[in-house]
Amino acid sequence: MAGLLESVRHTLGDTLFYWAFSPAIKIVLLLFVGLLPLISYLTFAERKVLGYMQARLGPNRVGPWGLLQPIADVMKLLVKEDTLPIQAVKWAFILAPGLVVGPALIIFSVIPIGPREGELGHVNWFITDVNTGLLFIVALATIGVYGLIIGGWASNNKFSLMGGLRSAAQMISYEVPQGLALVGPLMLAGTLSLVGIVEAQRDQHVWYILPQIVAFFIYLVAGVAESNRNPFDLPEAESELVAGFHTEYSGMRFALFFLGEYANMIVVSAVATTLFLGGWLPPFPHLLPGLAVIPGPIWFALKAFVFLFAYIWFRGTFPRYRFDQLMDLGWKWMIPLALLNIFFTGLIKLWVSGGFH
Amino acid sequence: MTSPFVQPFGDEGLGDNLLNRSEEMELNFGPQHPSTHGVLRLKLKVDGERIIDCYPIIGYLHRGTEKLFELHPYFQNVPHTDRMDYVAAATNNLAYVGAVEKLMGLVVPPRASYIRVLLCELQRISSHLLWLATHAIDIGAMTPFFYTFRERELILDLFEEYCGARLTLNCMRPGGMPHDLPVGWIEKCRVFVDGFLPRIDEYEGLLTENRIWKKRTVGVGVLDPQVAIDYGITGPMLRGSGIDWDMRKTMPYEVYREVQFDVPLGKNGDTYDRYLVRMEEMRQSNRILRQCLDQIPEGPIMAKRPRVMKAVKDGEVYHGIEGPKGEIGFYIVGDGTPNPYRCHVRAPSFINLQSVPELCKGALIADLVAIIGTTDIVLGEVDR
Repeated sequence: MAGLLESVRHTLGDTLFYWAFSPAIKIVLLLFVGLLPLISYLTFAERKVLGYMQARLGPNRVGPWGLLQPIADVMKLLVKEDTLPIQAVKWAFILAPGLVVGPALIIFSVIPIGPREGELGHVNWFITDVNTGLLFIVALATIGVYGLIIGGWASNNKFSLMGGLRSAAQMISYEVPQGLALVGPLMLAGTLSLVGIVEAQRDQHVWYILPQIVAFFIYLVAGVAESNRNPFDLPEAESELVAGFHTEYSGMRFALFFLGEYANMIVVSAVATTLFLGGWLPPFPHLLPGLAVIPGPIWFALKAFVFLFAYIWFRGTFPRYRFDQLMDLGWKWMIPLALLNIFFTGLIKLWVSGGFH
Repeated sequence: MTSPFVQPFGDEGLGDNLLNRSEEMELNFGPQHPSTHGVLRLKLKVDGERIIDCYPIIGYLHRGTEKLFELHPYFQNVPHTDRMDYVAAATNNLAYVGAVEKLMGLVVPPRASYIRVLLCELQRISSHLLWLATHAIDIGAMTPFFYTFRERELILDLFEEYCGARLTLNCMRPGGMPHDLPVGWIEKCRVFVDGFLPRIDEYEGLLTENRIWKKRTVGVGVLDPQVAIDYGITGPMLRGSGIDWDMRKTMPYEVYREVQFDVPLGKNGDTYDRYLVRMEEMRQSNRILRQCLDQIPEGPIMAKRPRVMKAVKDGEVYHGIEGPKGEIGFYIVGDGTPNPYRCHVRAPSFINLQSVPELCKGALIADLVAIIGTTDIVLGEVDR
């Protein structure tokens, strides 16, 4: 990969090259070449995978194998009437979808999909490496909840309000174990920087899914709950609350909520990949050194897709939890487990470093 | 209405502070709601998500079917019965033609009787499949929906081959059947019957031991046996509460005396037991189908009947059968003309629906959809 970039640099010349890989350009590339197509094709993949799981074909009318379906969907949502209920609180109603989708997209600025390309100056496979990256992610993920609550409240619809309240309760119950689950890998790596955590996994020759298996599963469950997906899709629960917080939304505003949900799925998958599956690192570096030929971003994508597939798989398999059962699971099981995990991680770390002597 | 609901914090001397204060909200659940199975409207009084009171409002699908019966001759009324429980037309047909036959004193030939039982058991399976699909999707399990529709499609194909219609079958006549079975129908039905049992295991594999499914259904909407009897509840709902009452066994009609089958019973009367009862009923229906296919005799399919059927003056009759949702019965009064003087339908959905307010008191909204799902109502039959 470095060689490729080097040849590009020779062709373009230094000034043009560094301009082309400046953060601004990277953000544009990430959004319009990376994320938005990825999200729209994730909906397509979901419908296809679910289709095959459910003994049907999924979308197959628009374009070859239905490949243009997401584009048709977006076009439809763009030209649809964007209704604003008379009784809605206007500014909050308009603000809410942005609050959901914005933070979810911003999180990607700190997620490293590949290593630092040190020999090429500032051209890295991430937009920025914040030394408090993990905190940054947790903080931004929390903002998304406000979008759901505000959207549910501003619609002035009882079902929406209930959806908003459910999402508030759910997020509070699940952000705590999620945050606690992140502490495990953090203690092992000794840094909050996501790049640093992956590099620590490389240097310690172990992916943190092995020592932190408990934290991994807690993070996964909490992540599913965080992104409001089955079996934790209570805030929208279409069979109970019609569509929950986005009952009153239509057109592109509805699409933004949708976008936010899928962006959150990708965020959770990407963070789980970074923290527990070694990010861009190829597996078995000693047994199969040949795998390093495949560039880091591709490894990263492969690992993240495992999680995304699991998301779709869950949706095809599980019924929905009930509101109180979900809180039970969060407070009575996951939080104590996460605390114990931190405790034992600390003990073992102390023991390994000889702190007991 | 008074309610047995107890406030979560109670009045145990905590005082009237903010923590204890809760406001009730009225919530219109339906008539346009994804999981009210049609146009049922429930006026709920809720405290947060907890239901304090529930008041069902029906009539959004009222089409005056019972009045229509009075305007047509006996044999022209069969299509009206299709449109009551529109997912179980064959059993409706059978209840109606059974009542007319009782009134006229017609004796149905055995082959026609066997064809009726075949169609009715297929119909029971298809109705239960539709129930399972919607019940599961109400609880959030999406996949069983597509699996059950796959098998339901096969049953509808069999219906289509027999009478040309898939949903509103109009497949019986007073005195017998309109057509004999088409050539090859029995073989096709046998293929379905042989392939169906593994499919039930497939649905059960997704749900029966699923922890979330059990959490959502065990202990939810418990129907006390005595309450069930008091409300006049019939069908799988009654049997889910452990009461052994199946019209096919207790008051056998057609050829149910000549086939072997068991009546599954529940223990606790909760949503989960009703689910298990219906799953087992599909297996038993399959068993009945197999025996009918083996035993079906040759012979005529229509009794000797007068060209214009007239009931005796002041003749009245009630005939009930075991439909997929409970006892469906027709009460017909004749007045010596070719039209019935009055026809009343004992609709199981309507009577079972009465238990919903009782079942959902103190439950959460999420439980309400599970309870509606397991009541298995069809609004066409509730409103008629």
